[in-house]
Amino acid sequence: MTISEPDVAVRPGAVPATEGRPAQLEVTGVDKVYQARRGEVHALSNVDLSIGRGEFISLVGRSGCGKTTLLRILAGLLAPSSGTVTADGESTWRGGKRNDEAFAQFGLVFQDANLFPWYTIADNIALPLKLRGVARRARRARAAELCELVGLPGFENAYPRELSGGMRQRAAIARALSYDPKILLMDEPFGALDALTRDRMNLELQTIHAQAGATVVFVTHSINEAVFLADRVVLLTPRPGRIRSITPVPVARPRSLETETTTEFQTVVRRLRHELDEE
Amino acid sequence: MTTLDRRTGTTPPAGGSTPARREKAPGERDGLMRALPLISTPVLLLLLIGGWQFTVSVIGVSQFILPAPLDVWRSLVDLLTGGTIWRDVWITLYEVLLGFVIAVVVGTVAGAVLGRVVWLERALQPALVALQVIPKVAFIPIFVIWFGFGTTSKVIMAAILAFFPIMLNVMLGVRSVDRGHRDVMRGLGASRWATFRDLELPSTLPYIFAGAEVGIVFAVIGAIVGEYLGGSEGLGHLVVRSLNALDAPQLFAVIVLLAIMGSLLYAAVTLTKRLLIPWHDSVSGVSP
Repeated sequence: MTISEPDVAVRPGAVPATEGRPAQLEVTGVDKVYQARRGEVHALSNVDLSIGRGEFISLVGRSGCGKTTLLRILAGLLAPSSGTVTADGESTWRGGKRNDEAFAQFGLVFQDANLFPWYTIADNIALPLKLRGVARRARRARAAELCELVGLPGFENAYPRELSGGMRQRAAIARALSYDPKILLMDEPFGALDALTRDRMNLELQTIHAQAGATVVFVTHSINEAVFLADRVVLLTPRPGRIRSITPVPVARPRSLETETTTEFQTVVRRLRHELDEE
Repeated sequence: MTTLDRRTGTTPPAGGSTPARREKAPGERDGLMRALPLISTPVLLLLLIGGWQFTVSVIGVSQFILPAPLDVWRSLVDLLTGGTIWRDVWITLYEVLLGFVIAVVVGTVAGAVLGRVVWLERALQPALVALQVIPKVAFIPIFVIWFGFGTTSKVIMAAILAFFPIMLNVMLGVRSVDRGHRDVMRGLGASRWATFRDLELPSTLPYIFAGAEVGIVFAVIGAIVGEYLGGSEGLGHLVVRSLNALDAPQLFAVIVLLAIMGSLLYAAVTLTKRLLIPWHDSVSGVSP
Protein backbone atom coordinates (compact mmCIF):
# COMPACT_ATOMS: atom_id res chain seq x y z
CA MET A 1 0.00 0.00 0.00
CA THR A 2 2.98 2.33 0.41
CA ILE A 3 3.95 4.35 -2.54
CA SER A 4 6.99 6.40 -3.37
CA GLU A 5 6.41 8.84 -6.13
CA PRO A 6 8.53 11.85 -7.01
CA ASP A 7 7.86 14.90 -4.94
CA VAL A 8 6.32 16.98 -7.69
CA ALA A 9 2.91 18.35 -8.25
CA VAL A 10 1.57 17.34 -11.60
CA ARG A 11 -0.45 19.75 -13.66
CA PRO A 12 -3.61 18.67 -15.35
CA GLY A 13 -3.10 17.65 -18.88
CA ALA A 14 0.14 16.03 -17.89
CA VAL A 15 -1.48 13.69 -15.44
CA PRO A 16 0.17 10.32 -15.66
CA ALA A 17 -1.87 7.22 -15.30
CA THR A 18 -1.33 5.87 -11.83
CA GLU A 19 1.80 3.95 -12.48
CA GLY A 20 1.72 0.26 -11.87
CA ARG A 21 -1.97 0.24 -11.06
CA PRO A 22 -4.67 -0.64 -13.52
CA ALA A 23 -7.34 2.08 -13.56
CA GLN A 24 -10.48 1.11 -11.70
CA LEU A 25 -12.48 4.29 -12.06
CA GLU A 26 -12.15 6.25 -15.26
CA VAL A 27 -13.76 9.66 -15.63
CA THR A 28 -13.61 11.04 -19.17
CA GLY A 29 -14.76 14.47 -20.25
CA VAL A 30 -17.52 14.72 -17.66
CA ASP A 31 -19.70 17.83 -17.75
CA LYS A 32 -22.56 18.64 -15.45
CA VAL A 33 -24.99 21.45 -16.16
CA TYR A 34 -27.86 22.16 -13.78
CA GLN A 35 -31.00 23.86 -14.97
CA ALA A 36 -31.48 26.60 -12.41
CA ARG A 37 -34.19 29.21 -12.33
CA ARG A 38 -31.79 31.82 -13.66
CA GLY A 39 -30.43 29.90 -16.60
CA GLU A 40 -27.83 27.20 -16.47
CA VAL A 41 -25.26 26.49 -13.82
CA HIS A 42 -22.11 24.85 -15.05
CA ALA A 43 -21.20 22.66 -12.09
CA LEU A 44 -18.50 20.57 -13.73
CA SER A 45 -16.53 21.17 -16.87
CA ASN A 46 -14.53 18.59 -18.77
CA VAL A 47 -13.34 16.51 -15.84
CA ASP A 48 -10.82 13.75 -16.60
CA LEU A 49 -9.63 11.52 -13.82
CA SER A 50 -8.17 8.08 -13.67
CA ILE A 51 -8.16 6.30 -10.35
CA GLY A 52 -6.11 3.19 -9.76
CA ARG A 53 -7.06 0.02 -7.93
CA GLY A 54 -6.58 0.37 -4.19
CA GLU A 55 -5.72 4.03 -4.51
CA PHE A 56 -6.87 6.65 -2.00
CA ILE A 57 -7.92 9.88 -3.71
CA SER A 58 -8.97 13.06 -1.90
CA LEU A 59 -11.09 15.67 -3.65
CA VAL A 60 -10.60 19.14 -2.16
CA GLY A 61 -11.75 22.62 -3.03
CA ARG A 62 -13.86 25.51 -1.86
CA SER A 63 -17.56 25.04 -1.47
CA GLY A 64 -19.28 25.23 -4.82
CA CYS A 65 -16.32 23.78 -6.71
CA GLY A 66 -18.33 20.72 -7.70
CA LYS A 67 -16.58 18.13 -5.55
CA THR A 68 -19.82 16.77 -4.17
CA THR A 69 -21.36 16.86 -7.65
CA LEU A 70 -18.43 14.83 -8.96
CA LEU A 71 -18.79 12.31 -6.15
CA ARG A 72 -22.53 11.99 -6.71
CA ILE A 73 -21.89 11.34 -10.38
CA LEU A 74 -19.32 8.69 -9.46
CA ALA A 75 -21.85 7.17 -7.05
CA GLY A 76 -24.58 7.07 -9.67
CA LEU A 77 -26.87 9.42 -7.77
CA LEU A 78 -26.56 12.04 -10.50
CA ALA A 79 -26.28 11.59 -14.24
CA PRO A 80 -23.49 13.49 -16.02
CA SER A 81 -24.67 15.91 -18.71
CA SER A 82 -21.97 14.55 -20.98
CA GLY A 83 -18.87 12.43 -20.70
CA THR A 84 -18.47 8.91 -19.39
CA VAL A 85 -17.62 7.18 -16.15
CA THR A 86 -16.45 3.60 -16.21
CA ALA A 87 -15.87 1.26 -13.31
CA ASP A 88 -13.70 -1.76 -14.13
CA GLY A 89 -14.17 -0.87 -17.76
CA GLU A 90 -17.95 -0.94 -17.53
CA SER A 91 -19.94 2.19 -18.23
CA THR A 92 -21.92 3.31 -15.18
CA TRP A 93 -24.51 5.26 -17.15
CA ARG A 94 -26.23 3.95 -20.22
CA GLY A 95 -28.31 6.47 -22.10
CA GLY A 96 -29.21 8.40 -18.96
CA LYS A 97 -30.04 5.21 -17.06
CA ARG A 98 -28.13 4.08 -14.03
CA ASN A 99 -26.38 0.79 -14.64
CA ASP A 100 -27.11 -0.82 -11.27
CA GLU A 101 -24.84 -3.77 -12.00
CA ALA A 102 -21.79 -1.57 -12.42
CA PHE A 103 -22.52 -0.02 -9.02
CA ALA A 104 -22.74 -3.32 -7.17
CA GLN A 105 -19.13 -2.94 -6.06
CA PHE A 106 -19.58 0.61 -4.71
CA GLY A 107 -19.87 1.59 -1.07
CA LEU A 108 -21.15 5.04 -0.12
CA VAL A 109 -20.67 7.13 2.99
CA PHE A 110 -22.35 10.51 3.27
CA GLN A 111 -21.86 13.59 5.40
CA ASP A 112 -24.75 12.43 7.57
CA ALA A 113 -24.69 8.88 8.80
CA ASN A 114 -28.18 8.36 7.29
CA LEU A 115 -28.87 5.36 9.46
CA PHE A 116 -32.49 4.22 9.50
CA PRO A 117 -33.84 5.02 12.96
CA TRP A 118 -36.23 2.06 12.84
CA TYR A 119 -33.44 -0.49 12.56
CA THR A 120 -30.87 -1.50 15.14
CA ILE A 121 -27.21 -0.85 14.41
CA ALA A 122 -26.79 -4.46 13.30
CA ASP A 123 -29.78 -4.26 10.95
CA ASN A 124 -28.52 -0.94 9.57
CA ILE A 125 -25.06 -2.32 8.93
CA ALA A 126 -26.47 -5.44 7.29
CA LEU A 127 -29.08 -3.59 5.20
CA PRO A 128 -27.06 -3.91 1.94
CA LEU A 129 -26.79 -7.65 2.61
CA LYS A 130 -30.55 -7.87 3.17
CA LEU A 131 -31.09 -6.23 -0.22
CA ARG A 132 -28.78 -8.85 -1.71
CA GLY A 133 -30.81 -11.67 -0.21
CA VAL A 134 -28.24 -12.83 2.36
CA ALA A 135 -29.82 -15.00 5.07
CA ARG A 136 -30.58 -13.46 8.42
CA ARG A 137 -28.10 -15.53 10.40
CA ALA A 138 -25.23 -14.68 8.05
CA ARG A 139 -26.19 -11.00 8.21
CA ARG A 140 -26.02 -10.98 11.98
CA ALA A 141 -22.63 -12.64 11.97
CA ARG A 142 -21.28 -10.13 9.45
CA ALA A 143 -22.74 -7.19 11.39
CA ALA A 144 -21.07 -8.35 14.59
CA GLU A 145 -17.77 -8.69 12.74
CA LEU A 146 -18.08 -5.17 11.31
CA CYS A 147 -19.05 -3.66 14.67
CA GLU A 148 -15.77 -5.04 15.91
CA LEU A 149 -13.87 -3.60 12.94
CA VAL A 150 -15.19 -0.05 13.32
CA GLY A 151 -14.96 -0.04 17.09
CA LEU A 152 -18.61 -0.51 18.02
CA PRO A 153 -18.52 -3.92 19.70
CA GLY A 154 -21.59 -4.63 21.79
CA PHE A 155 -23.74 -2.01 20.06
CA GLU A 156 -25.41 -4.43 17.65
CA ASN A 157 -28.82 -4.11 19.26
CA ALA A 158 -28.67 -0.39 20.02
CA TYR A 159 -30.76 2.05 18.00
CA PRO A 160 -29.03 4.91 16.12
CA ARG A 161 -30.54 7.49 18.47
CA GLU A 162 -28.63 5.96 21.35
CA LEU A 163 -25.27 6.58 19.67
CA SER A 164 -23.13 9.70 19.43
CA GLY A 165 -22.43 11.37 16.08
CA GLY A 166 -19.02 9.73 15.73
CA MET A 167 -20.39 6.30 16.56
CA ARG A 168 -23.19 6.71 14.04
CA GLN A 169 -20.70 7.68 11.36
CA ARG A 170 -18.69 4.55 12.14
CA ALA A 171 -21.82 2.46 11.76
CA ALA A 172 -22.40 4.13 8.39
CA ILE A 173 -18.87 3.17 7.33
CA ALA A 174 -19.51 -0.38 8.52
CA ARG A 175 -22.69 -0.45 6.43
CA ALA A 176 -20.71 0.64 3.36
CA LEU A 177 -18.12 -2.05 4.03
CA SER A 178 -20.64 -4.83 4.68
CA TYR A 179 -20.47 -6.31 1.19
CA ASP A 180 -16.74 -5.75 0.69
CA PRO A 181 -17.02 -3.05 -1.95
CA LYS A 182 -14.07 -2.53 -4.25
CA ILE A 183 -14.73 1.20 -4.39
CA LEU A 184 -15.59 3.38 -1.41
CA LEU A 185 -16.97 6.87 -2.05
CA MET A 186 -17.06 9.22 0.93
CA ASP A 187 -18.61 12.69 0.95
CA GLU A 188 -17.18 14.70 3.87
CA PRO A 189 -17.96 11.80 6.17
CA PHE A 190 -16.34 13.42 9.18
CA GLY A 191 -17.39 17.01 8.46
CA ALA A 192 -19.85 17.13 11.34
CA LEU A 193 -17.48 15.70 13.93
CA ASP A 194 -15.31 17.53 16.43
CA ALA A 195 -11.58 17.80 15.71
CA LEU A 196 -10.47 15.10 18.14
CA THR A 197 -12.98 12.53 16.96
CA ARG A 198 -12.12 13.44 13.41
CA ASP A 199 -8.42 12.71 13.97
CA ARG A 200 -9.29 9.35 15.41
CA MET A 201 -11.68 8.53 12.59
CA ASN A 202 -9.01 9.43 10.04
CA LEU A 203 -6.56 7.03 11.66
CA GLU A 204 -9.20 4.32 11.70
CA LEU A 205 -10.13 4.96 8.09
CA GLN A 206 -6.48 4.55 7.13
CA THR A 207 -6.40 1.18 8.87
CA ILE A 208 -9.66 0.09 7.27
CA HIS A 209 -8.38 1.14 3.86
CA ALA A 210 -5.18 -0.82 4.37
CA GLN A 211 -7.10 -3.90 5.51
CA ALA A 212 -9.92 -3.83 3.00
CA GLY A 213 -7.71 -2.78 0.11
CA ALA A 214 -10.55 -0.85 -1.50
CA THR A 215 -10.20 2.13 -3.77
CA VAL A 216 -11.34 5.25 -1.93
CA VAL A 217 -12.53 8.63 -3.21
CA PHE A 218 -12.82 11.01 -0.29
CA VAL A 219 -14.37 14.48 -0.50
CA THR A 220 -13.32 17.04 2.10
CA HIS A 221 -12.73 20.76 2.41
CA SER A 222 -9.89 20.26 4.86
CA ILE A 223 -6.52 20.24 3.14
CA ASN A 224 -4.89 18.61 6.15
CA GLU A 225 -7.36 15.79 6.15
CA ALA A 226 -7.06 15.35 2.40
CA VAL A 227 -3.27 15.13 2.50
CA PHE A 228 -3.23 12.92 5.56
CA LEU A 229 -5.41 10.26 3.96
CA ALA A 230 -4.63 10.40 0.27
CA ASP A 231 -2.20 8.91 -2.19
CA ARG A 232 -3.12 11.76 -4.52
CA VAL A 233 -5.00 14.97 -3.82
CA VAL A 234 -7.25 16.33 -6.56
CA LEU A 235 -7.82 20.08 -6.26
CA LEU A 236 -10.98 21.46 -7.85
CA THR A 237 -11.74 25.10 -8.61
CA PRO A 238 -15.20 26.57 -9.00
CA ARG A 239 -17.16 28.31 -11.77
CA PRO A 240 -17.17 26.02 -13.59
CA GLY A 241 -15.91 23.16 -11.44
CA ARG A 242 -12.82 21.64 -12.96
CA ILE A 243 -9.63 19.94 -11.89
CA ARG A 244 -6.86 22.42 -11.20
CA SER A 245 -4.16 20.06 -10.09
CA ILE A 246 -3.45 16.54 -8.97
CA THR A 247 -0.82 16.28 -6.26
CA PRO A 248 0.78 13.03 -5.14
CA VAL A 249 1.45 12.70 -1.43
CA PRO A 250 4.88 11.07 -1.07
CA VAL A 251 4.50 10.31 2.60
CA ALA A 252 5.02 6.75 3.80
CA ARG A 253 2.21 4.71 5.37
CA PRO A 254 1.02 4.02 7.94
CA ARG A 255 0.75 7.67 8.84
CA SER A 256 0.29 8.87 12.39
CA LEU A 257 -0.72 12.21 13.83
CA GLU A 258 3.02 13.05 14.10
CA THR A 259 3.28 12.65 10.35
CA GLU A 260 1.49 15.95 10.02
CA THR A 261 4.48 17.74 11.53
CA THR A 262 7.01 16.32 9.04
CA THR A 263 8.42 18.52 6.31
CA GLU A 264 7.20 16.32 3.46
CA PHE A 265 3.66 16.56 4.75
CA GLN A 266 3.89 20.29 5.35
CA THR A 267 5.36 20.86 1.88
CA VAL A 268 2.37 19.24 0.21
CA VAL A 269 -0.09 21.10 2.44
CA ARG A 270 1.61 24.44 1.78
CA ARG A 271 1.62 23.92 -1.97
CA LEU A 272 -2.09 23.04 -2.02
CA ARG A 273 -2.95 25.97 0.19
CA HIS A 274 -0.96 28.24 -2.11
CA GLU A 275 -2.85 26.96 -5.13
CA LEU A 276 -6.17 27.55 -3.42
CA ASP A 277 -5.16 31.12 -2.59
CA GLU A 278 -4.12 31.84 -6.16
CA GLU A 279 -7.67 31.56 -7.39
CA MET B 1 -69.65 21.42 17.04
CA THR B 2 -67.07 19.12 15.56
CA THR B 3 -65.74 21.30 12.82
CA LEU B 4 -63.52 23.55 14.84
CA ASP B 5 -60.30 21.63 15.03
CA ARG B 6 -59.68 20.63 11.45
CA ARG B 7 -56.06 21.52 11.62
CA THR B 8 -55.11 19.42 14.57
CA GLY B 9 -54.76 16.62 12.05
CA THR B 10 -51.32 17.52 10.83
CA THR B 11 -48.80 17.37 13.58
CA PRO B 12 -45.63 16.24 11.87
CA PRO B 13 -43.92 13.67 14.03
CA ALA B 14 -40.31 14.59 14.58
CA GLY B 15 -38.66 11.56 13.06
CA GLY B 16 -35.34 10.73 11.57
CA SER B 17 -32.00 10.60 13.23
CA THR B 18 -31.76 13.31 15.81
CA PRO B 19 -28.41 15.04 15.56
CA ALA B 20 -27.82 15.55 19.24
CA ARG B 21 -27.16 12.78 21.66
CA ARG B 22 -29.97 12.45 24.15
CA GLU B 23 -29.13 13.12 27.74
CA LYS B 24 -30.51 10.88 30.40
CA ALA B 25 -32.03 12.56 33.40
CA PRO B 26 -30.90 11.24 36.77
CA GLY B 27 -32.82 8.05 37.55
CA GLU B 28 -34.66 9.49 40.52
CA ARG B 29 -36.13 12.40 38.64
CA ASP B 30 -36.93 10.14 35.72
CA GLY B 31 -38.95 7.83 37.96
CA LEU B 32 -40.81 10.74 39.53
CA MET B 33 -41.72 12.15 36.12
CA ARG B 34 -43.01 8.74 35.11
CA ALA B 35 -45.15 8.39 38.22
CA LEU B 36 -46.46 11.96 38.11
CA PRO B 37 -49.57 11.34 35.96
CA LEU B 38 -50.44 8.36 38.14
CA ILE B 39 -50.59 10.67 41.13
CA SER B 40 -52.01 13.77 39.47
CA THR B 41 -54.89 12.05 37.66
CA PRO B 42 -56.63 10.67 40.79
CA VAL B 43 -56.07 14.03 42.49
CA LEU B 44 -57.69 15.88 39.59
CA LEU B 45 -60.61 13.44 39.54
CA LEU B 46 -61.10 13.87 43.29
CA LEU B 47 -61.04 17.64 42.90
CA LEU B 48 -63.59 17.46 40.09
CA ILE B 49 -65.98 15.18 41.98
CA GLY B 50 -65.47 17.15 45.21
CA GLY B 51 -66.21 20.45 43.48
CA TRP B 52 -69.20 18.85 41.82
CA GLN B 53 -70.59 17.54 45.11
CA PHE B 54 -69.90 20.93 46.69
CA THR B 55 -71.85 22.74 43.97
CA VAL B 56 -74.80 20.41 44.42
CA SER B 57 -75.02 20.21 48.21
CA VAL B 58 -73.73 23.60 49.33
CA ILE B 59 -74.88 25.93 46.55
CA GLY B 60 -78.00 23.84 46.03
CA VAL B 61 -78.25 23.57 42.25
CA SER B 62 -81.42 21.84 41.07
CA GLN B 63 -80.83 18.14 40.44
CA PHE B 64 -82.47 18.49 37.04
CA ILE B 65 -79.61 20.73 36.05
CA LEU B 66 -76.79 19.01 37.90
CA PRO B 67 -77.43 15.69 39.62
CA ALA B 68 -75.23 14.71 42.55
CA PRO B 69 -72.22 12.47 41.79
CA LEU B 70 -73.71 9.67 43.83
CA ASP B 71 -76.96 9.77 41.83
CA VAL B 72 -74.98 9.54 38.61
CA TRP B 73 -73.01 6.64 40.04
CA ARG B 74 -76.22 4.84 40.99
CA SER B 75 -77.64 5.44 37.55
CA LEU B 76 -74.44 4.14 35.99
CA VAL B 77 -74.59 0.96 38.08
CA ASP B 78 -78.27 0.52 37.14
CA LEU B 79 -77.41 0.90 33.47
CA LEU B 80 -74.53 -1.56 33.59
CA THR B 81 -76.46 -4.18 35.53
CA GLY B 82 -79.69 -3.60 33.58
CA GLY B 83 -78.34 -5.47 30.57
CA THR B 84 -79.85 -3.48 27.70
CA ILE B 85 -76.98 -0.98 27.76
CA TRP B 86 -74.52 -3.51 26.36
CA ARG B 87 -76.35 -3.61 23.08
CA ASP B 88 -76.05 0.19 22.80
CA VAL B 89 -72.35 0.01 23.72
CA TRP B 90 -71.77 -2.64 21.13
CA ILE B 91 -73.62 -0.70 18.40
CA THR B 92 -71.66 2.48 19.00
CA LEU B 93 -68.38 0.59 19.28
CA TYR B 94 -69.13 -1.19 16.02
CA GLU B 95 -69.85 2.08 14.21
CA VAL B 96 -66.69 3.73 15.55
CA LEU B 97 -64.38 0.81 14.83
CA LEU B 98 -65.70 0.03 11.37
CA GLY B 99 -65.64 3.71 10.41
CA PHE B 100 -62.13 4.08 11.80
CA VAL B 101 -60.76 1.04 9.99
CA ILE B 102 -62.27 2.25 6.71
CA ALA B 103 -60.70 5.67 7.32
CA VAL B 104 -57.27 4.18 8.05
CA VAL B 105 -57.28 2.02 4.93
CA VAL B 106 -58.75 4.58 2.53
CA GLY B 107 -56.88 7.49 4.14
CA THR B 108 -53.52 5.73 3.93
CA VAL B 109 -53.99 4.72 0.32
CA ALA B 110 -55.31 8.15 -0.71
CA GLY B 111 -52.57 9.94 1.23
CA ALA B 112 -49.86 7.76 -0.28
CA VAL B 113 -51.16 8.32 -3.82
CA LEU B 114 -51.64 12.08 -3.40
CA GLY B 115 -48.24 12.35 -1.70
CA ARG B 116 -46.48 10.73 -4.63
CA VAL B 117 -48.47 11.99 -7.62
CA VAL B 118 -47.90 15.70 -7.46
CA TRP B 119 -50.12 16.69 -10.39
CA LEU B 120 -53.06 14.79 -8.93
CA GLU B 121 -52.64 16.50 -5.59
CA ARG B 122 -52.49 19.90 -7.29
CA ALA B 123 -55.58 19.11 -9.34
CA LEU B 124 -57.57 17.93 -6.34
CA GLN B 125 -56.32 20.44 -3.80
CA PRO B 126 -59.17 22.97 -4.11
CA ALA B 127 -61.72 20.18 -3.84
CA LEU B 128 -59.92 18.72 -0.84
CA VAL B 129 -59.81 22.05 0.93
CA ALA B 130 -63.50 22.61 0.22
CA LEU B 131 -64.35 19.17 1.59
CA GLN B 132 -62.30 19.81 4.69
CA VAL B 133 -63.89 23.16 5.38
CA ILE B 134 -67.45 21.91 5.03
CA PRO B 135 -68.95 21.03 8.42
CA LYS B 136 -69.35 17.38 7.64
CA VAL B 137 -71.85 16.65 10.38
CA ALA B 138 -74.30 18.73 8.35
CA PHE B 139 -74.44 15.78 5.97
CA ILE B 140 -75.87 13.41 8.54
CA PRO B 141 -79.53 14.06 7.62
CA ILE B 142 -78.64 13.38 3.99
CA PHE B 143 -76.93 10.11 4.94
CA VAL B 144 -79.99 9.19 6.95
CA ILE B 145 -82.17 9.78 3.89
CA TRP B 146 -79.82 7.71 1.77
CA PHE B 147 -78.87 4.91 4.15
CA GLY B 148 -81.65 4.91 6.69
CA PHE B 149 -81.67 5.15 10.47
CA GLY B 150 -79.47 2.07 10.90
CA THR B 151 -75.76 1.89 11.58
CA THR B 152 -74.59 2.50 8.00
CA SER B 153 -75.07 6.26 8.07
CA LYS B 154 -73.09 6.49 11.35
CA VAL B 155 -70.27 4.30 10.07
CA ILE B 156 -69.97 6.57 7.05
CA MET B 157 -69.97 9.67 9.25
CA ALA B 158 -67.28 8.22 11.52
CA ALA B 159 -65.20 7.21 8.50
CA ILE B 160 -65.46 10.63 6.85
CA LEU B 161 -64.47 12.52 9.97
CA ALA B 162 -61.51 10.22 10.68
CA PHE B 163 -60.42 10.13 7.04
CA PHE B 164 -59.05 13.67 6.68
CA PRO B 165 -56.49 13.79 9.49
CA ILE B 166 -55.19 10.38 8.43
CA MET B 167 -54.97 11.23 4.75
CA LEU B 168 -53.28 14.58 5.38
CA ASN B 169 -50.71 13.04 7.69
CA VAL B 170 -49.90 10.20 5.32
CA MET B 171 -49.52 12.68 2.45
CA LEU B 172 -47.07 14.64 4.56
CA GLY B 173 -45.31 11.44 5.64
CA VAL B 174 -44.82 10.16 2.11
CA ARG B 175 -43.23 13.48 1.18
CA SER B 176 -41.07 13.65 4.27
CA VAL B 177 -39.00 10.56 3.51
CA ASP B 178 -35.47 11.72 4.24
CA ARG B 179 -33.44 12.55 1.12
CA GLY B 180 -30.30 11.16 2.66
CA HIS B 181 -32.12 7.90 3.36
CA ARG B 182 -33.29 7.83 -0.24
CA ASP B 183 -29.69 8.31 -1.41
CA VAL B 184 -28.67 5.30 0.66
CA MET B 185 -31.27 3.10 -1.01
CA ARG B 186 -30.52 4.45 -4.50
CA GLY B 187 -26.81 4.03 -3.93
CA LEU B 188 -27.43 0.39 -3.07
CA GLY B 189 -29.52 -0.05 -6.20
CA ALA B 190 -32.54 -1.08 -4.13
CA SER B 191 -35.65 -2.28 -5.97
CA ARG B 192 -39.00 -0.47 -5.76
CA TRP B 193 -40.33 -3.09 -3.38
CA ALA B 194 -37.24 -3.03 -1.12
CA THR B 195 -37.38 0.77 -0.99
CA PHE B 196 -41.00 0.56 0.10
CA ARG B 197 -40.39 -2.18 2.67
CA ASP B 198 -37.20 -0.87 4.25
CA LEU B 199 -37.61 2.88 3.85
CA GLU B 200 -40.97 4.32 2.79
CA LEU B 201 -43.27 2.23 4.96
CA PRO B 202 -41.30 2.50 8.21
CA SER B 203 -40.69 6.22 7.78
CA THR B 204 -44.40 6.85 7.05
CA LEU B 205 -45.70 4.77 9.97
CA PRO B 206 -45.25 7.55 12.56
CA TYR B 207 -47.37 9.82 10.35
CA ILE B 208 -50.06 7.18 9.95
CA PHE B 209 -50.23 6.90 13.73
CA ALA B 210 -50.27 10.66 14.23
CA GLY B 211 -53.30 10.71 11.93
CA ALA B 212 -54.88 7.66 13.56
CA GLU B 213 -54.64 9.20 17.03
CA VAL B 214 -56.67 12.17 15.85
CA GLY B 215 -58.81 9.93 13.63
CA ILE B 216 -60.05 7.65 16.41
CA VAL B 217 -61.27 10.66 18.39
CA PHE B 218 -63.04 12.04 15.32
CA ALA B 219 -64.59 8.65 14.60
CA VAL B 220 -66.17 8.60 18.06
CA ILE B 221 -67.53 12.09 17.47
CA GLY B 222 -68.91 11.09 14.06
CA ALA B 223 -70.71 8.02 15.38
CA ILE B 224 -72.24 9.79 18.37
CA VAL B 225 -73.37 12.88 16.52
CA GLY B 226 -74.84 10.56 13.91
CA GLU B 227 -76.83 8.80 16.60
CA TYR B 228 -77.95 12.13 18.07
CA LEU B 229 -79.40 13.32 14.82
CA GLY B 230 -80.79 10.22 13.21
CA GLY B 231 -80.49 7.16 15.35
CA SER B 232 -82.65 4.53 16.89
CA GLU B 233 -80.02 2.81 19.01
CA GLY B 234 -76.49 3.24 20.38
CA LEU B 235 -75.09 5.33 23.22
CA GLY B 236 -75.65 8.62 21.37
CA HIS B 237 -79.30 7.76 20.99
CA LEU B 238 -79.45 6.80 24.66
CA VAL B 239 -78.28 10.33 25.47
CA VAL B 240 -81.19 11.70 23.46
CA ARG B 241 -83.62 9.29 25.15
CA SER B 242 -82.37 10.31 28.61
CA LEU B 243 -82.79 13.94 27.66
CA ASN B 244 -86.35 13.40 26.48
CA ALA B 245 -87.14 11.59 29.72
CA LEU B 246 -85.50 14.45 31.65
CA ASP B 247 -83.40 11.79 33.38
CA ALA B 248 -80.35 13.93 34.21
CA PRO B 249 -78.49 11.25 36.24
CA GLN B 250 -78.73 8.79 33.35
CA LEU B 251 -77.68 11.46 30.87
CA PHE B 252 -74.55 12.05 32.90
CA ALA B 253 -73.97 8.33 33.31
CA VAL B 254 -74.05 7.77 29.55
CA ILE B 255 -71.62 10.64 29.04
CA VAL B 256 -69.26 9.01 31.55
CA LEU B 257 -69.55 5.77 29.57
CA LEU B 258 -68.76 7.61 26.34
CA ALA B 259 -65.73 9.22 27.96
CA ILE B 260 -64.47 5.84 29.11
CA MET B 261 -65.04 4.33 25.69
CA GLY B 262 -63.25 7.17 23.94
CA SER B 263 -60.29 6.91 26.31
CA LEU B 264 -59.98 3.16 25.85
CA LEU B 265 -60.09 3.46 22.07
CA TYR B 266 -57.46 6.18 22.09
CA ALA B 267 -55.32 4.10 24.46
CA ALA B 268 -55.63 1.15 22.09
CA VAL B 269 -54.28 3.21 19.19
CA THR B 270 -51.43 4.59 21.30
CA LEU B 271 -50.56 1.12 22.53
CA THR B 272 -50.45 -0.20 18.97
CA LYS B 273 -48.15 2.69 18.10
CA ARG B 274 -45.83 1.83 20.97
CA LEU B 275 -45.64 -1.74 19.81
CA LEU B 276 -45.09 -0.95 16.14
CA ILE B 277 -42.73 2.03 16.25
CA PRO B 278 -40.81 1.76 19.53
CA TRP B 279 -37.89 3.55 17.85
CA HIS B 280 -39.75 6.80 17.22
CA ASP B 281 -39.22 9.97 19.27
CA SER B 282 -42.94 10.25 20.02
CA VAL B 283 -42.74 6.86 21.72
CA SER B 284 -39.34 6.67 23.34
CA GLY B 285 -40.01 10.10 24.71
CA VAL B 286 -37.52 12.91 24.32
CA SER B 287 -38.45 14.69 27.53
CA PRO B 288 -39.21 18.35 26.89
